[in-house]
Amino acid sequence: MAEITYREALNRAMDEEMARDAKVFILGEEVGEYDGAYKVSKGLLSKYGPGRVKDTPISELGFTGLGVGAALAGLRPIVEWMTHNFALLAIDQVVNNAAKMRQMSGGQLKVPIVFRGPNGPAEYLASQHSQAFASYWAHVPGLKVIAPATPADAYGLLKSAIRDDNPVVVLESEMMYAWKDEVPDEEFLVPIGKARVAKEGKDLTLVTFSKPIKIVIEAAAALVAKGVDAEVIDLRSIRPLDEGAVYDSVRKTGRCIVVDESWPVASVGSHVAWLVSKHCFDTLDAQVELVSGEDVPMPYNHALEIAAQPSVEKILAAARRVLYREDL
Amino acid sequence: MPFQKREFPNAFANLPKEKALALLETMVRIRAFESRVEELFLNRKIPGFVHLYIGEEAIASGVMAHLNKDDSITSTHRGHGHAIAKGARIDRMMAELYGKKTGYCKGKGGSMHIADFSVGMLGANGVVGGGYNIAVGAGISARIKKTDQVAVCFFGDGASNRGTFHEALNLAAVWKLPVLFVNENNQWASTTPTSFATSAVHIADRAKGYGIEGYTVDGNNVIEVYNAASALIEAARKGKGPAILECLTYRIKGHYVGDPERYRTKEEVQKHFTENDPIIRFSAYLKEKGMLDDAGLEAMKAAAVREVAAGEKFAEDSPYPDKEEALDDLFSFSPKEFPEVVR
Repeated sequence: MAEITYREALNRAMDEEMARDAKVFILGEEVGEYDGAYKVSKGLLSKYGPGRVKDTPISELGFTGLGVGAALAGLRPIVEWMTHNFALLAIDQVVNNAAKMRQMSGGQLKVPIVFRGPNGPAEYLASQHSQAFASYWAHVPGLKVIAPATPADAYGLLKSAIRDDNPVVVLESEMMYAWKDEVPDEEFLVPIGKARVAKEGKDLTLVTFSKPIKIVIEAAAALVAKGVDAEVIDLRSIRPLDEGAVYDSVRKTGRCIVVDESWPVASVGSHVAWLVSKHCFDTLDAQVELVSGEDVPMPYNHALEIAAQPSVEKILAAARRVLYREDL
Repeated sequence: MPFQKREFPNAFANLPKEKALALLETMVRIRAFESRVEELFLNRKIPGFVHLYIGEEAIASGVMAHLNKDDSITSTHRGHGHAIAKGARIDRMMAELYGKKTGYCKGKGGSMHIADFSVGMLGANGVVGGGYNIAVGAGISARIKKTDQVAVCFFGDGASNRGTFHEALNLAAVWKLPVLFVNENNQWASTTPTSFATSAVHIADRAKGYGIEGYTVDGNNVIEVYNAASALIEAARKGKGPAILECLTYRIKGHYVGDPERYRTKEEVQKHFTENDPIIRFSAYLKEKGMLDDAGLEAMKAAAVREVAAGEKFAEDSPYPDKEEALDDLFSFSPKEFPEVVR
C-alpha cells in the first residue's frame, strides 16, 4: 500500500477511468498543457491526447454547458472548475440543464457527468476566492454531491462518480491536495452515499465533511486528553446523505455537534443539525450545535480569515455546551 | 438595412416532387397542431404557458429536412414545430400538453420541455438561451466519437442577447465544431421588438465577431431556408465549422396564448399573416410549378387535422400519472457493472 497525496489519488482515478472507458474525457481551464491549475490532471494530456483532455477558454458557463450536452449525446465528461468560486457563472447549466433534464423529460435519458474542483476557504485569497458552496449544490434534486476528505476516498469516490449515470458534483479543496495517506494499490470504489466513522467514540458525535475533518479530528484528540470519547462521522457524500450513520451514532452518544465551513444560514450543516434534532429527539441529552464559518465574506488578513472559520477552539466551546462541562 | 446576402446553390431544384411536398406537409402539420393547441388552451383543456410557432413553420421544415435521425437539435420554449419537424409523434406531444402519463415526458415537461430524445432532440429549454451549450456539447461529442453528426441549435432574436450565446459561439468557433445556430428572428422578444433589445441590426452580423459565417434569409420562404441550411449543414458535416443562419420571420401569435398584445397593433399582425404566410407562399409556388393543386392542398390539410384530432383523442383517453410518479425519474439506476467495495 502506497502513501499518496489527495491530488495523486484524484489523478489516478481519472487516469484509470479514462483508460477503462473511451467515452470519458476531461475539459476545463488549463487541464491539458498546464497539467491543471492544481496539477490534478498531470500527465493525462500526453497519455490521452488533446481530443480527450481539452483545454478550454476562460468560459465556465460555456464549457460546463458543453459538458452537459456531451453527456446527453453519450459521452462521460469530467468538467474541471478551477475552483467552485467560478462555478457560480455556470450554476444555471448545472441546475437547469444537468440536474433537471432527465426528470423533466420523463426519464428519457441519462446525464453522466462529473463537475469537480476545489471548494471552500483556502489561504490569503479573500472573499471572491475563498468560499464554501456545498449547500448551493446540495439544494438541488437531481444532483449527487460528494466531499471526499482522504486520499483513499478521493480515489474511490471519484471513480464511482465517473461511472455514475447521473450528474455528480465533487467538492475538493486547494488545502487538501497535498494531504497524504495510504491508498491500497489494487483498484477499488467507494460507493456514493455511505458515511465513514473516522473515529469511534461513545460520549459525543462530531459530524463533518471535507476539509474540516482535520480540525474535527484534532478536537476529538483534545477531548480524549480530557477524558471525553467523541465519535467522528465523515459524511463523504452530501447527496445522497447517509442519515442512518449519523442517527446510529447520535442515538449512541446522545450529543451532536455538526461542523461545516460554509456560512451558517441554510447550509448543509444546518440541515444535518435539523435532521438530527428531528430524528434523534428522544435520545438527545443536549441541543444540537452547529460550528460553521462566520456569517461574513472571507477577509484577506490571515488572523481574520482564521477567525472567520471553524476552529478546534470553537468545536471545544460547543463541546462544553453540549456536555454541560465548563472544565473542558 | 440590407443584410449579408449569399446566393446558396439551389438544392431545392434537385428535390423530387414528393420531397418538395413533404416540406409543405411538415409545415401544414405544425400549423394544424398549433392551431388546435391554441383552441384547446382557450377551452381550458391545456394549462400552463403555451408559446405557438404559427407563422414560423418554414424554418423548422426547411432546416430539419437536412438532418438525419442521429443528428441532434436543441429546441426552445416555442418548440412544438421543432419537435414535429424532427419526427416526434403528434399524439404523444398532445398527451404531454395535457399532462398525461403517455406524453413524451410522462406529464413532467409540458409545453416548454416537449422532447423526443429518440429522434435526436436534446431537450427543449424553457430558459431563453439555454440550448446553445448543449448543442455545442453534441458537436464535441461528434468530434470525439469521430462521426459526421451535426447539431442544430434553434434560438430566438431575444436569446441572442444572452451571455450563453457568446460563450457557446466562441467555443464552437474556436474548436470548429459541427454546429449550425439557426436564429428564428420573429421580431419580438416576449413583448419587446428586436430593435429595442438587440444592438445588432441582424443577428447574423454577430458571426463576424466569432470569425464564422453568418447569413440572413427570408425565413418565411421555405426554399430559401432549405437552400441555405443545405449548404451550411453540409459544410458543418465536412468539418468546416459552425455558422449562424438567421431566418427572418414574424411572430403571428402573442408571446404566449392569452397574451393581450398591447405592444403592437392587430393591423400589423394581420398584414404579416395575410401577405407573408409561409404556407400560402409555398403552396402557391408549388401550384404554379404544377406540383400541387387545390384538391391536393385541401387533402393535405384535412389529413393533418385528422392526425391532430386523433392525437387529441389519444391525449383525452390517456390516464394521468399516479401521484407517486412525482418522485420518479430523478436518477438513472442502471444496473451496476462493477462491484462496490465499502470501505
